[in-house]
Amino acid sequence: MTSTWITTRAWLLMLPLLIVMVAIIGWPLVDTVRLSFTDAKLVGTEGSFVGLDNYVKILSGSNFQRTLITTFWFAVLSVSAEMVIGVLAALLLNQQFYGRSVLRALMIMPWALPTVVNATLWRLIYNPEYGALNAMLMQFGLIDAYRSWLGEPGTALASLIVADCWKNFPLVALIALAALQAVPRDITAASMVDGAGAWSRFRFVIMPYLAGPLMVALVLRTIEAFKVFDIIWVMTRGGPANSTRTLSILVYQEAFSFQRAGSGASLALIVTLLVTVLAVAYAALIRKSAGVS
Amino acid sequence: MLKSVTSALLGATLLGAALSSPAHAETKINALFMAQAAYSEADVRAMTEAFTKANPDVTVNLEFVPYEGLHDKTVLAQGSGGGYDVVLFDVIWPAEYATNKVLVDVTDKITPEMKSGVLPGAWTTVEYDGKRYGMPWILDTKYLFYNKEILEKAGIKNPPKTWAELAEQAKTIKDKGLLATPIAWSWSQAEAAICDYTTLVSAYGGSFLKDGKPVFATGGGLDALNYMVDSYKSGLTNPNSKEFLEEDVRRVFQNGEAAFALNWTYMYNMANDPKDSKVAGKVGVVPAPGVEGKSTVSAVNGSMGLGITSTSKHPDEAWKYITFMTSQATQNQYAKLSLPIWSSSYDDPAVSKNQEELIAAAKVSLAAMYPRPTTPKYQELSTGLQQAIQEALLGQAAPEDALKTAVENSGL
Repeated sequence: MTSTWITTRAWLLMLPLLIVMVAIIGWPLVDTVRLSFTDAKLVGTEGSFVGLDNYVKILSGSNFQRTLITTFWFAVLSVSAEMVIGVLAALLLNQQFYGRSVLRALMIMPWALPTVVNATLWRLIYNPEYGALNAMLMQFGLIDAYRSWLGEPGTALASLIVADCWKNFPLVALIALAALQAVPRDITAASMVDGAGAWSRFRFVIMPYLAGPLMVALVLRTIEAFKVFDIIWVMTRGGPANSTRTLSILVYQEAFSFQRAGSGASLALIVTLLVTVLAVAYAALIRKSAGVS
Repeated sequence: MLKSVTSALLGATLLGAALSSPAHAETKINALFMAQAAYSEADVRAMTEAFTKANPDVTVNLEFVPYEGLHDKTVLAQGSGGGYDVVLFDVIWPAEYATNKVLVDVTDKITPEMKSGVLPGAWTTVEYDGKRYGMPWILDTKYLFYNKEILEKAGIKNPPKTWAELAEQAKTIKDKGLLATPIAWSWSQAEAAICDYTTLVSAYGGSFLKDGKPVFATGGGLDALNYMVDSYKSGLTNPNSKEFLEEDVRRVFQNGEAAFALNWTYMYNMANDPKDSKVAGKVGVVPAPGVEGKSTVSAVNGSMGLGITSTSKHPDEAWKYITFMTSQATQNQYAKLSLPIWSSSYDDPAVSKNQEELIAAAKVSLAAMYPRPTTPKYQELSTGLQQAIQEALLGQAAPEDALKTAVENSGL
């Protein structure tokens, strides 16, 4: 068999999938690009060509810049906290102890919850009148009066990040735990015999096995965090005073609440572009770290 | 009760018989409602069941969403080719829905009996540009609720007649140590905040638009926001109000943690239900106060209507369903959480039974209802205004500056 035949056959076999992908991903994407250069409304007018107007308006507006910063902080803080907590939880659950399998199963729970349920749950926890968090902090004597966690710009974003962390750290933990299974026991045993402490064992023996899988978790979580919508929409709808409004919420408002499909599309494409840049950068990092280990 | 059920059913059957064309195969219509304030989900289901009993050839699929999702869900369904035949819509949306042809013009379907029987003010809920886009269904405004026991303990004989008096009474209650923050509002970054703001705008004699241009940054519009900020900063208002929706206000009031609260009709009977409320039997309700020299009472038009979508394939059955849901018989039977649109219902002892105070307040308030601005760009205007209110409350901007920004961003 010639190599051209192999190539041809491979493409032929992939053809059905390619057709489906073009139909459900390619076409909407092309149509979104077209929409982004028009002043189309969601219902009613088809809109006319307006060139780069939508992009210029969005990029020069203060709304976009402020929202981008909010999104950036949300993504950086929630993802880094999830990585740290996730790895620590995985290390713990990798130890031999009674009840380990029950704990492992329990840990999945937050991640298995639908985001909307999680958001509603945390809204109750943060409730300024009867929330569990206020009650707990009061009993410990850490605060002297109930506080409004989601109603103050200073604490609203941080409170959202905690809620998001609680839901998503299990994913990181799960990936890390799977990677830890691959660490050969004789190497860890040998390093202990050689007198390596806990930190050196983690840094030089375990970390090389974790790096690749963790990078995948990091990519997945960063992209997700950058697109965050549902948890914020349920908990604060972008308030108070827009202090928790992220890019996806801005897209939603523009396209659906204000029904400006044209500028909504251009905003969505800008977000897509930002996420793509992140994904490409990470992919390069993964390749590099794979080469190293 | 049994009698009213029977008469409702009888009325429905007669109505159905009069309107229905010759019997045809079973038709399915989809209806979108909200699960928040006004009629409860259980009420809507019971009304619908009565309708399908009277019209066995029609089945109605019900869907309930929170108020915050109602507009977007309707518009999105429309954008993707339909799905709903009947939708509940807020008084602020007909301009946009009519402009974008979301709803069918039903002006010709409205009978002389409807025209003469329904309260004149209720029609504004469904009107735009002289045409009617549905039937009013929920006739609602914000009332001032007060806790009789707390007022009595504070030595206050009558509930406030003016907003200034409300602040004084709240201060008395605070100073006597009865409650730290006596007033509860729904000032979350949502439409609820605009309803409270509009109530105050109407009290201060302000207006939103003049010749299509926004004018709320001065005069009554500014006075209204100043009142909110003063009340918040002086500690008379529960500071958590800025993350409250109506249901949060109800919970706070029901727990006896508010002496005053601004809320819709539905809170009256819920807060008076001893199963759920600590203040049952102590709930007072009056029209929202006025401002000396400017108004005697204040009220926002918070009514909602039922309309037929332009994508509906069964407009006749949809209209039949709407006429049933908005009929006087149906509305009188379920008059505990939302009051009827029919003027003669307000003198019907069966309707006012056990809620005489509410009916007395409604007679005054419903006649004073002030509209939120009628413009196809309402959503943008409202979003900007919500932000302005919150920024002013949080002290991030002075009220006049916050409102000026809202005017600039309104796109009008």
